[in-house]
Order: sequence, then C-alpha cells, then structure tokens
Amino acid sequence: MAAVTEPQQANLRQPAGWRRTKDRIATTAMVIAFVVVIIPLVFVLYTVVAKGISVISWQFLTGPIPPSVLPADVGGMGPAVLGTIEITALAAAMAVPLGVLGAIYLNEYGGNNWLSRFIGFMSDVMTGVPSIVMGLFIFSIWVLHFGFSGLAGAFALGCLMLPIVIRSTYEMLRLVPDPLREGSYALGSSKSRVTLTVVLPAALGGIVSGVLLAVARAAGETAPLLFTILTVTEANPNVFSGPNTSLPSQIFVNASSPYPGAQARGWGAALTLIAIAFILMIAARVVTARFARYSR
Amino acid sequence: MSAVTQADQAAPGSAPAGGLIGHRGLADRGFQWLAAAAGLLVLVILVLIAVTTSQQAASWFSTEGLGIFGTKWIPAENKFGALPFIYGTAVTGVIALVMAVPVSIGIALLLTEVVPYRLARPIVYVVDLLAVVPSVVWGLWGILVFAPWIQHIYASIGSAVTGIPVLDSLFGPPTSGASFFTAGIILAFMITPIVTSLSREVIATVPTMDREGAYALGATRWEMIRGVVWPHSQGGVVGAVLLGLGRAMGETIAVALVIGSSPTITSHLFATGYNMPAVIANQFGEATGVWKAGLMGMGVLLFAFTIIVNMIARGVVERSARRMRGA
Repeated sequence: MAAVTEPQQANLRQPAGWRRTKDRIATTAMVIAFVVVIIPLVFVLYTVVAKGISVISWQFLTGPIPPSVLPADVGGMGPAVLGTIEITALAAAMAVPLGVLGAIYLNEYGGNNWLSRFIGFMSDVMTGVPSIVMGLFIFSIWVLHFGFSGLAGAFALGCLMLPIVIRSTYEMLRLVPDPLREGSYALGSSKSRVTLTVVLPAALGGIVSGVLLAVARAAGETAPLLFTILTVTEANPNVFSGPNTSLPSQIFVNASSPYPGAQARGWGAALTLIAIAFILMIAARVVTARFARYSR
Repeated sequence: MSAVTQADQAAPGSAPAGGLIGHRGLADRGFQWLAAAAGLLVLVILVLIAVTTSQQAASWFSTEGLGIFGTKWIPAENKFGALPFIYGTAVTGVIALVMAVPVSIGIALLLTEVVPYRLARPIVYVVDLLAVVPSVVWGLWGILVFAPWIQHIYASIGSAVTGIPVLDSLFGPPTSGASFFTAGIILAFMITPIVTSLSREVIATVPTMDREGAYALGATRWEMIRGVVWPHSQGGVVGAVLLGLGRAMGETIAVALVIGSSPTITSHLFATGYNMPAVIANQFGEATGVWKAGLMGMGVLLFAFTIIVNMIARGVVERSARRMRGA
C-alpha cells in the first residue's frame, strides 16, 4: 500500500512522462537557439581579429592608401581613419543636440498631446528607414547642388542618428521622477531652467550612453556614405568640401577586390572599425554604471 | 546646486520685478519653441525624403509607366524593370525571417522564463554584439570566408536533390556561394538582435500573477509558455517580426557583397540574385539619365515599403503594450 502512495506524491511535484519530456525538449531548444547565435558571432570576430591583427600597425592607421595591387605591408588606411573620425564627429555634433531637444519636447512639453505622440511614433518609424535611402536623400537635396563632401556624409549619418538619440533620450527623461521637477518648481524656477539644470543632469548618464551607442552604429554605416562622400583614396582633412573617404567605404571597395594585398587591408580596416565600435560600447557601459541614478 | 541658490535669491523677492518675469517668460517660451522645432524636424526630414527622392525618380516613373514592374533590367538596352529586385528583396527577407524568428523567440523565452536575471544580462550583451558588427564587416566576412565555405554544401545538396520535383526547383543547381540563400543567412544574423530584444520586451509584460497561476495548477514551464505567455504576447511578437522584416528589406552593404549581383527571377535559392538596396549601391555611381532615375525610384519604393511595414509593426507593438497595461 505504502509503495503505491509514495510515487504519487512525487508525481505532484514533478510531472512525469511525456509532459516532462516536452518541457525538457523546449528548454533544450531555447539553449540551442542561443548557441546558434554564438557560433557565427565567434566565427566572424575570430576571423576579423586573426586576419586583421597582422596588418595593423601605427603605419597602417596613419599611412596613405596605396593602389590595390600593392601587397599588405605597403601603406595603410590613414585617410579613411581620419575621414571616419571627422564625419562621425560632425554628424554627432548635429544630431545629438537636436535629438536631445526633440526628446525634451516629447517628454517635458508635449506630454500626451497628439502632436507629441505623432512625432514620437514617426521618430520610431524613422529608425526603420533604410540607411541607403538616407544616402539617396542627401544626394538629391545636397550633393546635386553643392557637390560631394564629408559634410554631406555627416548629414546622412546625422539623419540616421537623430531618431535613435530621440528614442534613447526620451526613455531616460521618462525615468526622472516627478518630485524632482516639482521640488525645483516650488523654489520658483521656470520650466526651461528646471529642464536644463535639474532634469537633464539627472538623466545625463543614460543620455550619454545612448548617444555613444548611436555614434557606434553610425560609424559602421557604409550605405549613406556611398553617394555623399564618393570614397577617394587621397586624404582630405577638409571635411566641409571635396570628396572624402571612410573606413566602411574602403572595406566595401576592398572586399570586392581580387588582390590579396587589398583584401588584407580590408581585414585590417574591419578590425579597426570593430575596435572603434567596441570602445564606444564599453564607454557606454561604463557611463551607465557610473552615472545610473534612475536606471531600470 | 547653483540652480538652487539662484532660485532662492529670486523667489523670496517681496515685489518681483516685472522685467525679470518678462525676461524669464521670453527665454522660457524661446526654449519651448526650440524644442518643438527639433521635434518637428523628424516630420520635416521624412517629408523631404519622400519629396526630393520622388522628384529625382520622376523620369523613370513617367517613361516606364507600369513598365517599372517589368522583368528585364538591362541598362544597355534601356530596359528598366524593377521586378527582379523586388522579388530578390522579398525572397531574401523571407529566408532571413524563417531562420531568425524561431531563434529570436527562443532566446527571448530563454531570457525571460528560464535563466535567472544575473545570467540574463551577459546573454543580452552577447546577442547585442551581433548588432555591433557593422554591415560591411558582415559583407567582407560573407564574401571572403562564408560564401567559399558554404558553396560546397550548396553543391552537394544541389546534386542530392536533382530530379526530386519540388526540392529540385528550390535547392537544385545552378548553385553559387554568393546567392539568395547566403544573403538570407547573413540577414538573419543581422536582424536577430532586434527581433530578440523586442520580443523580450513584449514577453516581459506578461503579468507575473498569470504565470504563477499556471504553475500553481501544475503546469510545466513549456505548458505555462503555451498557455499564458504565448496568447498574451502573440500580437507584440508579430510586430517584432515585422520590424525585423523592415530591417532585412533595407539592409544594403552586406547583401550587395554576397547576393551575387545578377537580376534574375528564379525559384532556385542557391542561385545568384539581386535585390533593391544592393543594385542601388552597386550601380548608382555609374548610372545616368533614366537608369539613375530608376535606381532612385527603387529607393522611393524601398522607402515606401519600409515606412508601411514599420508603421504597421509599431502600431501592433504599441497596441499590444497598451492592452497589457490596461489588463
């Protein structure tokens, strides 16, 4: 008798048979899904590091871009590194203040009215506009009239960054507790003053980290630059006029080149680009960890 | 700190100077208008994109008429039909979704239902790393490493299915390392992070009480997911999948390098193909006249497609999130 009741008690806590098997299968499938994602990631990062590390040197980062036929130990990617830094910085200088202001409007002024909800919705939709369409847009509105330049590339990248900055800043402003605002109103501050001296500083950590992630994404974009900077091989320190170049554009050119030297320089440039993106991402994490006052 | 002291000085003034209030009001209103203008900039840019690109594409639409959906794209013969590229965009998008969606939902469930919070964070970092790898690096890896490697697998699958009715027309020869399927695989890697993070957000809104209720009735985890999580988050996950589709349709550089660049409409997934963003990236530099207008016109189509897909997706996600909050 006792032998019969005991397994029944155990069954109540742990479903036996087919039900448990199904549960195990499902859990295993979820773990496999994660492993499936890790494999290509490790494969790509390993390849880029393995093939790029031998090419990278100070001379590679600063030297001129040689003709494709020359072997890997000649020249480097100097003009492209310079172009990427200049164009991305210029894009950030345009998109970040505008994006933060836009988010301030959405959260502090617009509130829940229809215009602010519509702008918020369209800004989310704008994050889905393909980067190549941004390139075509700046080509038709700017390049056709004023010619190729780093500035045009920065416009295209800025258009890509704007909605990302708005979204991440908006999320951070929403986390700032209302009593903080009310406290400073009670002291007699105006709304703009409350926003600039109380709300923004409180959300600063999150805003900076969101901005860094947006910059990391923009720095790796190629498509918006194809028709705006024209991808030349000479260095052009003047970002405001004349064709320019960038790391992603050079990788695109070198990837379709049959010469081993050009391909090796492509891997070196890819490693440089990923390193830049990683540094920005780590910086974002550090900023979040250090300044997160009202994080989720 | 300085804000507090300055406000202290201004506030207790028994007779507040009219000039001070006027000045403050002006600056305040000025700042409000500045912020509103920055917000409106988003709408202005979207309208300008539609207007300027359509203007540049006008000659394609007017000379070709309905011929823009023709099946032949031969610039040398002045034939500019965009159907092969639209077809390629659809095929690569579907391949990417078929592979990325189950994986993304699996990871999202793993993160929300299985692993503890401390383990979930590193997993999120790893999945997000996929999004940090730039498109052009995926392309470089795809064409120099992945395509040569997978070419042999395509070839052996191709010879194995030759003669079998349906499989032959899908996976049979001709096969090539750079193909629809390779582009689809690379796209799947690229859209997995966004589909995962959105699905995770949606699944996280399922009320804990409902979960605990199911467990209290003796459900296993899988039964709880089927019975509680899935009905609650279905709509939102559909939105996440649509957003992934939007990403896949517009992704340019990686696809331009690995799709093989031949404007053909074929059911063979291992054959070389083309899609809209890739042809714009590859041919825009050399194109002139109607050719250039045609490429610009495909940009307009792409813009319209992605805007529609994104609006539907955001709408679906928002509505399901609102229903969750209301419930």
